Amino acid sequence: MKKVIYGLAILMAVLHQDFWLWDSRTLVLGFIPIGLFYHAVFSCVAALLWFSATRFAWPTELEKWADTPNEPHTTDGGNS
Amino acid sequence: MIHATMILAQVAPATGPADRTSLMVVLFYMLVLFGIGFASSRLFRGSSSDFFSASQSIGPFMLLMSVFGTTMTAFAMVGSTGKAFSLGIGVYGLMASSSALVHAACFFLIGIRMWAIGKKYGYVTQIQYFRDRFESKALGYVLFPILVGLIIPYLLVGLLGAGSYMGGVTRNMFPETFSGGAGVPPGSVPPWVTGLVISVVVLFYVFYGGVRSAAWANTFQTIVFMAMGVVGFLVIADGLGGYAAASQKALEHAPEKLSREGLISMPHFISYMFVPLSVGMFPHLFQHWLTARSAKAFRLTVIAHPICIMIVWLPCILLGIWAAGMVGAGEMKVPNLPNGLPNSNAVLGIMVSKYMSNQILVGLFSAGVLAAIMSSLDSQFVCIGAMFTNDFVLPLVGKDKFSDKQKVWLGRGFIVFIVLITYVMSLLEPKSVFNLGVWCFSGFAALFPMAFAAIYWRGTTLHGVFASILATALTWGFYAYDALVLGDNARYGTFEDGEYLVAGVMPVAFIVLASAAALILVSLITKKPSQSTLEKFFPKGI
Repeated sequence: MKKVIYGLAILMAVLHQDFWLWDSRTLVLGFIPIGLFYHAVFSCVAALLWFSATRFAWPTELEKWADTPNEPHTTDGGNS
Repeated sequence: MIHATMILAQVAPATGPADRTSLMVVLFYMLVLFGIGFASSRLFRGSSSDFFSASQSIGPFMLLMSVFGTTMTAFAMVGSTGKAFSLGIGVYGLMASSSALVHAACFFLIGIRMWAIGKKYGYVTQIQYFRDRFESKALGYVLFPILVGLIIPYLLVGLLGAGSYMGGVTRNMFPETFSGGAGVPPGSVPPWVTGLVISVVVLFYVFYGGVRSAAWANTFQTIVFMAMGVVGFLVIADGLGGYAAASQKALEHAPEKLSREGLISMPHFISYMFVPLSVGMFPHLFQHWLTARSAKAFRLTVIAHPICIMIVWLPCILLGIWAAGMVGAGEMKVPNLPNGLPNSNAVLGIMVSKYMSNQILVGLFSAGVLAAIMSSLDSQFVCIGAMFTNDFVLPLVGKDKFSDKQKVWLGRGFIVFIVLITYVMSLLEPKSVFNLGVWCFSGFAALFPMAFAAIYWRGTTLHGVFASILATALTWGFYAYDALVLGDNARYGTFEDGEYLVAGVMPVAFIVLASAAALILVSLITKKPSQSTLEKFFPKGI
């Protein structure tokens, strides 16, 4: 599932370059230029994508690992 | 994003000649911040861990607000309107929707991992991590001045912008006390007073409560600037006769602003995607990540960050194109700059002064602008204190030489020192610092490959990292010299609507690519860290 999420993120990066709306001045809902509307929707879809990521690609093991006690030699807070 | 304050210098909405209501509202806002600082400092546990990382106790909502507030500068509220006035709706795609994707990706892919590693090994700064990851104290000493050097212009820009903005807001309020001066309206609160007040307020809550107070204050300030952005939009839209009428006017009198054709080229648009990578290396953001109570606290931040960006940016972009329509229709005037072009940075201020007559509202809006500035300043102050203590003094002198309490005081001392230095520098009014904003972002973005590779590529080596830093310094210096020093006589780039472009794209694209290429190539041919270090940072099954 992680690969699907990452694939969708790359797809989003491509969809961000909406050359097909580059010169359109159509007003959506009577006041939002379509190029702006597209990117506002893009922001919402991005939120959905990251919601999916937190649901299906969440690093559960990482969280467990962070919560387990340290071995003594690794707790110097970087000031070794 | 960051030329924020250059903008603020000129957007100040005009107020009545002697009506001080808006100033009173701003002062009341400062008092509220004092109160929040005092309340949050009562929760301070006295340890260095609490001062620098709030004992990892911050929950999802505060994490979202503090991370979002830190990421968004005043440019999001004020500068975006001016930019949209000049470049049209494409500005949203350039800066907002790209950040919606890239920022959240950085939080998800880097933030959570950094939090986990920080929690596991007790790090409070990113330099501590890099030093251990690449087994090199020298790397820490190299990174420390680079990161501090990239942050200080931000601090300056924040203070200068706040001073200039309040100068405009308080015009003629004190005609007998302040005479004004170069760039300072007569009778207005001078920049040195505003800078002093801002510095004292931020210093107060940061000094006593550290990053916990910064998170509390950020939460409050982020709510304020988001709310005031929306309120300002609604009031102005109403004054323009409604959304549809305003957009129709823009379509008739400034149609080019409703699309990107002729205003933004495709290469320029694509290359802007590199800029938001900078959040992956912001040290002040790293510190906020570390405050998270658990990895789960990140979920709301990752999901809601794109929506928060939209809430702040969408109204501002609409205001920008509506202003262009008003100017095109001859119903509004924007003063020209010395180069003859309209001063787009003044657009929001003009609209606010034209359509926002209630002085309490003007005061609240001004508080929103200052909130956006201060919510970045506080995090940067804390992070500089943390870096000085943990990345400079302790490695140099030895961590056992100081008690935990002394570490807190070291951090506090350096925060006071930096606030003083920044304040004194702001008195010198180094106007050129405004131009450094986007270059700071470019510098942080260029260090992103190092952060990403350190986490995900076992083969990253110390020499690869040094090569990446060197490549960044050389390419960044090369283009920055061309743009900032040679300016109009730049040899390798051109200025398009104030933006320095190389072969039509943002120089950050070349800088990041050079940094990544150096990192990969040198890492492939040099010695990797020891097996024990790799096992420490790349545990099996993670």
